[in-house]
Amino acid sequence: MKHIVKIITLLVTISALWIGLLQAAILPRSYTWLPPIYFIVSLGCYGLLMVGVGLMQFPTCPQEALLLQQDIVEAKEFLKQRNVDVGDSE
Amino acid sequence: MEIGDNPKNKYSIIVPTYNERLNIALIVYLIFKHLRDVDFEVIVVDDGSPDGTQEIVKQLQKVYGEERILLRPRSKKLGLGTAYIHGLKHATGNFVVIMDADLSHHPKYLPSFIKKQSETGASIVTGTRYVKGGGVHGWTLMRKLTSRGANVLAQTLLWPGVSDLTGSFRLYRKSVLEDVISSCVSKGYVFQMEMIVRASRKGYHIEEVPITFVDRVYGTSKLGGSEIVEYLKGLVYLLFTT
Repeated sequence: MKHIVKIITLLVTISALWIGLLQAAILPRSYTWLPPIYFIVSLGCYGLLMVGVGLMQFPTCPQEALLLQQDIVEAKEFLKQRNVDVGDSE
Repeated sequence: MEIGDNPKNKYSIIVPTYNERLNIALIVYLIFKHLRDVDFEVIVVDDGSPDGTQEIVKQLQKVYGEERILLRPRSKKLGLGTAYIHGLKHATGNFVVIMDADLSHHPKYLPSFIKKQSETGASIVTGTRYVKGGGVHGWTLMRKLTSRGANVLAQTLLWPGVSDLTGSFRLYRKSVLEDVISSCVSKGYVFQMEMIVRASRKGYHIEEVPITFVDRVYGTSKLGGSEIVEYLKGLVYLLFTT
């Protein structure tokens, strides 16, 4: 099943549930539009929250840059001895 | 199929290059340094670099041997996806590793890919920057924000089952790579996303290992301004086709 079909199925199920609640008059008429608005707002909040949390916890590795510099020096040394052209001119 | 440290396993490391004369030398040295007791070959697919990348690869062949470093050039820039297909044709290993030549992928992680694969029997091991032990260096706040936003969007819409979709440091069982790559049509790094999403949909066993990503040291970054639009198009494309 294509992924878009799965997502549409999910949305249709949610809509059906909502219509069912309306039909069964469990939900008062004046609140009709509340569930979809809540749904969209909470989806937006989820997205922003995930981006925010992800940004705050974004793993960084400054020490790796230093280690890489050491590796580069070591590699250049080795390769120069074996006549591989590792001049800095690019 | 393969159990434990099977000595019959051979790893073909495909490295596409374009103007990476210094980086390719450094990366080959580091691969040989970190993969001591492993049977492997490095396949350099160079897209006609004008900077003499191929000359350097020939010099490296003299140091490490022509059977360990294979130069399989193409006449001009033909894109990443086809570079892997080209390299794959010449691969003699039963596993294939694909990695970038710009040193943002460090060869010191290769043993952890191999270990993870033999422990779990996975068909694909993909490097992830977004877990403990992983990370990036040299990114601006804007780049981090874009990256997180793109990731949350993709996770919410595609449910891919892996945490880092656009990373391109991966180990594949060769037959799996051949299968997945033939159904991928995207370009650039949407291609990386398409590969892993399609593999996931096909039900292949995918495992992750943490890697660090240090933004390129030598040469200029190849990121363009239209990347976000391409990414969104890729996302929609994958929604409808996978």
